[in-house]
Amino acid sequence: MTTHPLLKVRDLRVVFRRRGEPDTVAVDGVSFDVAAGQVIGLVGESGCGKSVTSMAVMRLLPARGVEISGSIELDGVELLALSDSEMRERRGRDVSMIFQDPLSSLNPVIPIGLQITEVLRRHRGMGKAQARAEAVELLDRVGIPEPRRRLDTYPHQLSGGMRQRALIAIALACRPRLLIADEPTTALDVTIQAQILGLLSDLVRETGTALVMITHDLGIVAGMCETVNVLYGGRIVERAQRHRLFGTPRHPYTHGLLRSIPRLDSPPGEKLAAISGSMADNLPWAHSCAFAPRCPRVLETCLDITPDAETSGGRLLRCHNPVPASAE
Amino acid sequence: MLRFVVRRLLQVIPTLLLLSLLVFWWLRSLPGGPATALLGDKATPERIAEINRGLGLDQPILTQYWLFLGRVVSGDFGTSTITGEPVLSEIARFMPATIELSVVALLIAVLLGIPLGYLAARYRGRPLDVATVIGTLVGVAVPVFFLGYLLKQYIAVDLRLLPPSGRLSTGIDATDVTGFAVLDGLLTREFDASLDALRHLVLPAVTLATIPLAVIVRITRASVLDVLGADFVRTANAKGLAPITVRSRHVLRNALLPVSTTIGLQVGLLLAGAVLTEKVFVWGGIGTMLADAITLKDYPRLQALLLMGAVIYVVVNLLVDISYAVIDPRVRLS
Ligand SMILES: Nc1ncnc2c1ncn2[C@@H]1O[C@H](COP(=O)(O)OP(=O)(O)OP(=O)(O)O)[C@@H](O)[C@H]1O
Ligand SMILES: [Mg+2]
Repeated sequence: MTTHPLLKVRDLRVVFRRRGEPDTVAVDGVSFDVAAGQVIGLVGESGCGKSVTSMAVMRLLPARGVEISGSIELDGVELLALSDSEMRERRGRDVSMIFQDPLSSLNPVIPIGLQITEVLRRHRGMGKAQARAEAVELLDRVGIPEPRRRLDTYPHQLSGGMRQRALIAIALACRPRLLIADEPTTALDVTIQAQILGLLSDLVRETGTALVMITHDLGIVAGMCETVNVLYGGRIVERAQRHRLFGTPRHPYTHGLLRSIPRLDSPPGEKLAAISGSMADNLPWAHSCAFAPRCPRVLETCLDITPDAETSGGRLLRCHNPVPASAE
Repeated sequence: MLRFVVRRLLQVIPTLLLLSLLVFWWLRSLPGGPATALLGDKATPERIAEINRGLGLDQPILTQYWLFLGRVVSGDFGTSTITGEPVLSEIARFMPATIELSVVALLIAVLLGIPLGYLAARYRGRPLDVATVIGTLVGVAVPVFFLGYLLKQYIAVDLRLLPPSGRLSTGIDATDVTGFAVLDGLLTREFDASLDALRHLVLPAVTLATIPLAVIVRITRASVLDVLGADFVRTANAKGLAPITVRSRHVLRNALLPVSTTIGLQVGLLLAGAVLTEKVFVWGGIGTMLADAITLKDYPRLQALLLMGAVIYVVVNLLVDISYAVIDPRVRLS
C-alpha cells in the first residue's frame, strides 16, 4: 500500500506575498501520502494551513501573489507541472473537494440540477437527458428524498444538511480517485453532522475514493480516519495511526488537543485543559519550534533549534521533548 | 406576478398624490406667475388679475388642487398657458424624441458598461482597469452641459463629422409614422432618413449616456470583484468547468443582480440629463418643452411633466424588480 500512494505530497510550501506586507508562510514543508481507498485526517487549529494545503492540491490558489513549491503527485503525475487546462481536466474528475459552508458554496441563482449536470456533462461527456437521469441517481444516493423534483429547486430552498448532501453528490459525480473534504460539517448541527459523516464514509468505501478529511474536530478524526496528521503553524508535528495517536499522543500539542476535549467520564466541574496562548505567539520554524511559546514542556533548545521530523515505529514526530510514551 | 404588479401600482397612488400636491403648492409659491411671464412689460395689476381669473388662479390653492385632481381623473391635464394646446397632446408630440434619445443613451450605457466593468474587474490592477476607473471618475464628475458643448463644438462644428443640432437635416424627406425618427425611416424604407436621424442622434446620446455609463461600469466592476471571491465560484472552479462556463453561468449572472437595480435608478438621472442634453443639441423633445414651461411659468405643463416623470420612474423600477425576480430565484414577487 505504501509502495504506490495515490497522492504524494512532498515538501509543500505555500507563501503569500503581498506588496507592503510581510510574507505569510501558510504551509511550510508539508509531506504526506494517501493511498487509494484510504481515509486520512488533517487536523489542527484555525489558521494552521489546512485549507491552504487542500487548495494547493486542487491548484485553486490564486495565480498571483502566491508562491507554491515542493511536489504534489497524483498517480505519479506532478500536478504542479500541469498547465491550467490540463489541471481543469482533472479537477472534478480525478480530484474533487467539498467545502465548509454548503449554502455559500452553491450558486444561489441556478437550480441544483444544473449544478450537478454541468460537471457530468463536462467530464463524462453526457448529453442533457442522460446527465439529468444520472443527477437523479446521485441525489438519491446521497439520501435526498424526491430527487427528481429537487433538480429544479434552488439552494435556498434546501435545508443545510440537504445542501451538503447535494455538494457531496456534485463532488462524487465523476467518481473521483481522491476527495478532499474541508471541514464539511462545521456549519451543520450535531445530528446532521453525524449523518453526513456516515454518508461520506459509506460513499468513499463504495466507490473506493481516497478521502482527506480536514477538520479541527478530533471526534470526527477518531471516527473515520486511519492515519492522522496533526498540523501546527504550517508543519506536520505528529503523524500516526489513529489508535496510536489517540492512545499515546507524543507531541505536547497533540497531547494538549486531546486533553482539551470534554469527556463524558470526567467528574463534573473539572476544568478542561486548554492550550494556552494563540497562534499569534508562534515563533518562526526557521530557527526554533513554532509551538515553543505555548508549550508546557518547552526547553532551551526549543527556542534555538528547529526540531526535525523523526520517524520511528510508523510515527512521525517533530519535537525536542516529547511526552514520554508511558505517560497516560 | 400579476397581483404583485397591481399591488405595486396601487401602492404608487398615495405617493403620486403627495407628489402632485407638493408640485402644485411649490409652483404657486415661486415668485411671478404665468400672467406676469406672458405679459412681460405690458403687465398691469388689472390685466394680471384678469388672466389669473381666466386660469382659475384667483381661487384658494386647495380648491384649485381639488379641481385639478377632478380633471386629471378624467384624463385632462389642462391646456398650456403658452400655446393653448391641451398638455397631453403636446406631450404625445414631444415624447417620442425624448424616448428615442433616452433609450439609445441607456442602450449605450448598458451594452458598453457591463462588458467594460467586467473586463476591469477581471484585469484588476492592470492598465485597462486603472484607465477604466479613472475614466469613470471623470465620466461621473463632468457636467452634462459642459460635455455636450464640448462634443458639439469639437466634433460637429470644428471637424464637421456629425450634425450639431436637431433631429433631421433640412431637406430630408421623412415620413412621420411613430415619431421615432430612426424607426420611421426603417418602417417606410426611407433608409437615408434613418441614417440621417441616426447621425443626429450620436452626439446627444453619447452625452446623455456618459454618467449612466460611468455608474454602470463602476457597479459592474465592484460586483464582479465581489462575486469572483465567492465560495460558489471556487466550487465551480473545483468542478473543473471551462472558464467560459464559470464566467457566464456563475460569475456574470450573480454579478448582474446589483447592476439591474442600478440601471433602474439611472432612469431618474437620465430624465434630468435629457433636459440639459436636449437644450444643448436643440433636440425638440420633452426637455425643450419643460425648459419653456419653466421660463413662462406654464403651470399645467409643469404639473403634467413632473408627474409623468415620476410615473416613468416608478414603472421602470417596477420592471427592474420584475427582472430581478427573474434572475434571482431567492426573490419572491408575492
Ligand atoms: N489569500 C491569502 N492571503 C494571505 N494569507 C492567507 C491567505 N489565505 C490564507 N492565508 C493565511 O494562511 C494561513 C493558513 O490559512 P488556512 O486557511 O489554511 O487555515 P485553516 O487551517 O484552514 O484554518 P481554519 O480552521 O480557520 O479554516 C493563515 O495564517 C492565513 O492567514
Ligand atoms: Mg480552513
